[in-house]
Amino acid sequence: MMRYYLRLAVRSFTATPGLTALTISAIALGVAVSVVTFSIHHLLSGDPIWWKADRLYAVTMDNYPINLPPEMHVPNVSLGPNQLTYMDATRLYASKIPERKVIMYRAEGVVSGGTADRFPERVTTRVTTADFFPIFDVPFRYGGPWTADADRNGESVIVLSYEQNARLFGGTNSVGRVIRWNDRPRTIVGVLDRWAPLPRYYDMANGSVTPPEDTYVPWGAGFGLPTSISATMQCMGPEAHFNIRTSECIWVPMWVELRDAASRARMQALIDNYWHDQRAAGRFPRPMNNRLTSVDRWLDQNGVLSSESNLLVSVGLAFFGVCLLNVAGLLLSKFLSRAAIAGIRRALGASRREIFLQHLIEAVVLAVLGALIGLVVAQYCLHGAYAWFENLRSESPSAAHVQFDTASLLWSLGLAALAALGGGLYPAWRAGRLPPAMYLKSQ
Amino acid sequence: MLKMQNVSKIYRTDLIETHALRDFSVEVSAGEFVAVSGPSGSGKTTFLNIAGLLEEFEAGTYHLEGQDVSRLSDNARSRMRNEKIGFIFQSFNLIPDLDVFDNVDVPLRYRRLKATDRRERITSALELVGLASRMKHMPSQLSGGQQQRVAIARAIAGDPAFLLADEPTGNLDSLMARQVMDLLEQINEMGTTIVLVTHDPELARRAHRNVHIVDGQVSDLKAYGPRSPADDVGTEGGREAQPA
Repeated sequence: MMRYYLRLAVRSFTATPGLTALTISAIALGVAVSVVTFSIHHLLSGDPIWWKADRLYAVTMDNYPINLPPEMHVPNVSLGPNQLTYMDATRLYASKIPERKVIMYRAEGVVSGGTADRFPERVTTRVTTADFFPIFDVPFRYGGPWTADADRNGESVIVLSYEQNARLFGGTNSVGRVIRWNDRPRTIVGVLDRWAPLPRYYDMANGSVTPPEDTYVPWGAGFGLPTSISATMQCMGPEAHFNIRTSECIWVPMWVELRDAASRARMQALIDNYWHDQRAAGRFPRPMNNRLTSVDRWLDQNGVLSSESNLLVSVGLAFFGVCLLNVAGLLLSKFLSRAAIAGIRRALGASRREIFLQHLIEAVVLAVLGALIGLVVAQYCLHGAYAWFENLRSESPSAAHVQFDTASLLWSLGLAALAALGGGLYPAWRAGRLPPAMYLKSQ
Repeated sequence: MLKMQNVSKIYRTDLIETHALRDFSVEVSAGEFVAVSGPSGSGKTTFLNIAGLLEEFEAGTYHLEGQDVSRLSDNARSRMRNEKIGFIFQSFNLIPDLDVFDNVDVPLRYRRLKATDRRERITSALELVGLASRMKHMPSQLSGGQQQRVAIARAIAGDPAFLLADEPTGNLDSLMARQVMDLLEQINEMGTTIVLVTHDPELARRAHRNVHIVDGQVSDLKAYGPRSPADDVGTEGGREAQPA
C-alpha cells in the first residue's frame, strides 16, 4: 500500500500544483533559514571544532598565589590560569588515559632554504607534540605529521604551513626537502592545507585571532629549549632561582581528547590526585580548581563565545515554527478541499487509518521535497554569507563545515520530519475523520 | 440479506432535531431488486447511508447477511463495506485525477488483492459495462452515461453481495438512463441484490418491489414482480409515489 500511497501523493501534487508549490516553498524556506542560522551559529559562536564538542578538553590547574598582586591583571580568578607550568604539563602529559594529548608553546625561528630565492626569514613556530595535528583535525596537503618517537628523540623534522610552503617552494610538494630552522637542518615531513581556525581556541593566551604558525617542530626540539620562546608567560611571583622548567610560570597550553565520560572522570581524578601530591609538597596554595574545559566553555570563559549567535538560532527556529504553522494550514486546506474524494474512498471501503496514512505519506513526501530544496537554498545562502567573512575566505575549516556536511543534512532531515509530523499530522488526522456521507452527496 | 428493524436516525444541531428515520423497518432478500422511493426529504438517502454503513443510527437493529452491524468498529464497517457493498451515486463520484482503470481499482486496493487478481476483476467489470477500451481515459473524457457505467463497474468489481444505488440515473438523459437501468437489471439477474433509491416512478416499476418512504417511515410496500410490456404507469389506491 505504501507504493500506492506514494502514487496517490504524486497524483495529488499534479492535481493541485499551486497549493503543492506553496507548501513545499514554506517548508523549504523554513528549513533553509534554520540550516543557515544553525551553520552560521557554529561559525559565529566561535566553536571551530564543534564536531568534537564532547571529546576535546583544555587542561588547567590553579597555581595562583593566595593574594594575587594587582599587576597580574587576572579578570576572573575563579577560572584559574589558562595555561600550565612546564612541570605540570609534562607530568600530566605522561598519562595514558587520553586518546590523544598535546602540549605546546609558541616560539620564534628563522628559516632559510627552499627553491625560491629568498633571504632567511623570521617565522613563527609552534613547538608541539605530534598529536597536535590529529587532535585539532589539522588538514595536510602533502605528507603528514611526525611520529611520537620524533617527539621523544627530538628528531630534526618540520611541518610547514600552506603559506610558508608557498613562500619557500612555490606551493609544490616539498616533503623530503631540507631547510634550515634556527640554523639547524630539518627535513620537511608535511605541508598543511589552508587552515586558520577562528578563533584560535587552542592557544587563547597567545591571541584568539592570531594566524596559525608558519612552522611546526616536535616538542623534543625544545631540548634544549629554543632560545626564542614567544609564548605568553605569566609568573606567580618573584623567584630567586628562576628555571623555566621548574618555575611556577604558566606558558604551556595542554589539550586532551577523551573518548567518553568515563575517560573524562579518570582524567579528572588523575589531575586531582596529582594536585594533592603537589599540594603536599607545598605547591598550589589556593583551593583545588582543576578543570577539563570543553571548547565552547573555553571560548566562553575567554570571552569569545557570542550570545548573539544563540539568539540567531532561536530566531531561526522560531521562523521555522511559523513556517510549520503555515504548512499545517496549507495542508489542512489542501486535504479538506479534497474531502469528497476521501468520502468516496471511505464509501468504497477505506478505513480512517488508511485515509490518515495516505494523507500522512503525502505530507511526508512534501516535507522531504521541501527539505531537499531548502538544503540547496541554504547552501547558496551560506556561500553568500560566507563571502561576508573576508578574513575567513578559503582559509577556515569552520567555513568548510559551514557548507554541506553530515550535520547540516541530518539537521535538515530532522526538520523535514518535524515539518511532516508537525504540519501534516493534524491535517491527515482530520482527513481521516471526515464523515463520508456528508461529502458524498455534495460531490 | 438486509434486515432493519425499528431503526431511528436523528440529526441534531444546536437548534433543531430532525428525525430522518423513525421506527424504520425493511427487509431485502438475497437476489431481490428493490426500489426505494419517496418525496424529497423523506429519508431515502439516510436509509441508504445507514444500509451502506456510512452512518450510524440511534435505535433499532440492522442485520446484514445475518450479522448485527449496529456496534461494529470503524475498521469492521469499512471492511464490510469494501467486501459486501457496492455503491452507485447520482453524481457518479469518480475520482477525477484517476483514469478509468484506477477508479475501478480503488475498492480492490483496500482489499489487498494481488495485482493480477485486481487486473482480472477490473477488466471483467469494464467488459460487462462495455468500457474495456476506455481504461486509460480520464473521467472528464467520458460522457455522463459512460461515467455512470464506470461507477457501476467499480461497484461490482469486488463482487459485492449487494449494490446500493442512489438515484443512479438522476443526472442522465432518458436514453442513458434506460441503458443504466438495463445494466442494473442484468447485474441483478446475475444474482446481485440491488437496492435502488429513486424518485422516478417509471424506474421504480422496473424493480421487483417498491418501498415508499414518507417522513422517515415506510408508508407502502408494493411488489411489482418481473416487468412486462402490459404494465403501465397509473395510480393505485391513491398511494402512488410522488415525484420528489
